[in-house]
Amino acid sequence: MSEVRDVVCPFCGCLCDDLVILVEEGKIAGVKNGCALSITKYLNYNRERISKPMVRKNGELEETSLEEAVNRAAELLANADYPVSYGWSNTSCEAIATGIELMEEVGGVIDNTSVVCHGPSVLGVHEVGHPTCTLGEIKNRADLIIYWASNPLQSHPRHLSRYTVMARGKFRKSRDERTLIVVDVRKTYTARVADYFIQIQPGKDYELLSALRTAVRGEELEQEEVAGVKREHIEEVADLLISCEFGVLFWGVGLTMTGGKYRNIDLAISLVRDLNAYTKFVMMPMRGHYNVVGANAVFTWQTGYPYAVDFSHGYPRYNPGETSVTDILVRGEADAALIVASDPASNFPRKAVEHLSRIPVVLIDPRWTSTTDIAEVVIPTAMLGIEVEGTAYRMDGVPIHMKKVINPPDGLKPDVEILRMILDRIRAMRGG
Amino acid sequence: MKRIKAVLITGRSYSQGMGIEFGKLSQQYRRIMNYCEMNEEDMKEIGVTAGSLVKLKSRRGELVLKTARPLQEVPRGVVFVPYGPWINKIIDEETHSTGMPSLKGIEVEIEPAEEHRAEGREEGGERLE
Ligand code: SF4
Repeated sequence: MSEVRDVVCPFCGCLCDDLVILVEEGKIAGVKNGCALSITKYLNYNRERISKPMVRKNGELEETSLEEAVNRAAELLANADYPVSYGWSNTSCEAIATGIELMEEVGGVIDNTSVVCHGPSVLGVHEVGHPTCTLGEIKNRADLIIYWASNPLQSHPRHLSRYTVMARGKFRKSRDERTLIVVDVRKTYTARVADYFIQIQPGKDYELLSALRTAVRGEELEQEEVAGVKREHIEEVADLLISCEFGVLFWGVGLTMTGGKYRNIDLAISLVRDLNAYTKFVMMPMRGHYNVVGANAVFTWQTGYPYAVDFSHGYPRYNPGETSVTDILVRGEADAALIVASDPASNFPRKAVEHLSRIPVVLIDPRWTSTTDIAEVVIPTAMLGIEVEGTAYRMDGVPIHMKKVINPPDGLKPDVEILRMILDRIRAMRGG
Repeated sequence: MKRIKAVLITGRSYSQGMGIEFGKLSQQYRRIMNYCEMNEEDMKEIGVTAGSLVKLKSRRGELVLKTARPLQEVPRGVVFVPYGPWINKIIDEETHSTGMPSLKGIEVEIEPAEEHRAEGREEGGERLE
């Protein structure tokens, strides 16, 4: 048995880079340092793998050569009037960069999973920016941590132990040197380990953020209770926020998926800005997929915009609501789709899925999902961070090199190579 | 039949995260995902217990799910369903010009739905935490 050390976990936005993977006869035999999610991933990643490229013939997916699948994918995308692309958070920055080039070539729309997770956070941040820092700085310095509408013990299991309350930092060494505040509708597992749990009524984040701002500014709150939280409790928490030395507000999709959406984020930014008049306070969205931050970064440096980028006019346009793939599908406008490392047939609202199942879908993904059922062309890939290397961005924007641990099954290539083959094929078809 | 109004919130969980890794077509994923968590008082009000089938109706559609005892306390008037293929059938596609459908805070009506047991809807509600 051999050990591969300092492996980066390809699951959540924590991108923990301290895993030790045990390899026996070319197979993964064990995981050290991982949480339950990463262990489950490493020990099950090979289940329901797609082994061969497939194209749909007479309604059935049939195995075919990589060349034929690439040709078919190229034809479908090149001949479409308004192709869309979606996914991109579970693959490498190198693949994302190639995908953007491809969608620009065919004059389509490229979007990533932020549109259904932290898209509104990105919109909120567009308005005024946000004060932030690296997770390392939080680990070393933060003495007050808020998780707002986020339950990291379930969604990012090592976040508390690696980066926040349970981490041993340079200047904050133990749990009792840090205060943990959790704001949530449910008394979650994370809420149970909090020093202060604020149980908020569903959809009332905007109200509570406003009340906290009022209290932080030292103004009187008129209501006895806001969002189900007593005035005294709000004032007590406001005092805690003001009197900490280094505070951080982590927020989850609980804040972006409810009514208000980016307006909630706008207000959270305002609260943090107010707090900076008294103390040091930063904020960070709890990004889910391991490379969704990379998707936003690569989109931005290549097109100027973080998601929902439309090339149909020959230059990048960005107008979420109009150019977001969710809306385009619901309006029934797309006539082909390229899906990479994602399963929109499971995760989009029904109306969007209905349209997706009516148009030709090219799917590049290692495993069977509901999206495989509606795909016209399926090209399986090797898995980043397990079978191939590449770059991903941690939730704080730090780029990390993902290692290769074992060899991929025969014939499976990384996403980036497949995308390059499709792009080259499209360019060759167009004579150039 | 007794029914109540509730606010639906979807979310991630340990089981759901692990379920994805078991494979989305697997029985395990189905067993893990296909459930909702309600407050006990609300369950009493419509006469169901953990393990009963209930129907969730939104303005976009309806869905039958198994109820499970909440592992993380759910307040009255709230129903929690793990984020995934089942619940997306009844969420609202309206994005209010943001690209983001409303995945939390959706108004639903909940009523008992034992009559659907014969359709194989009794799977679900197994949690791994
Ligand atoms: S916390 Fe996230 S990145 Fe870290 S080991 Fe667990 S799943 Fe992987």
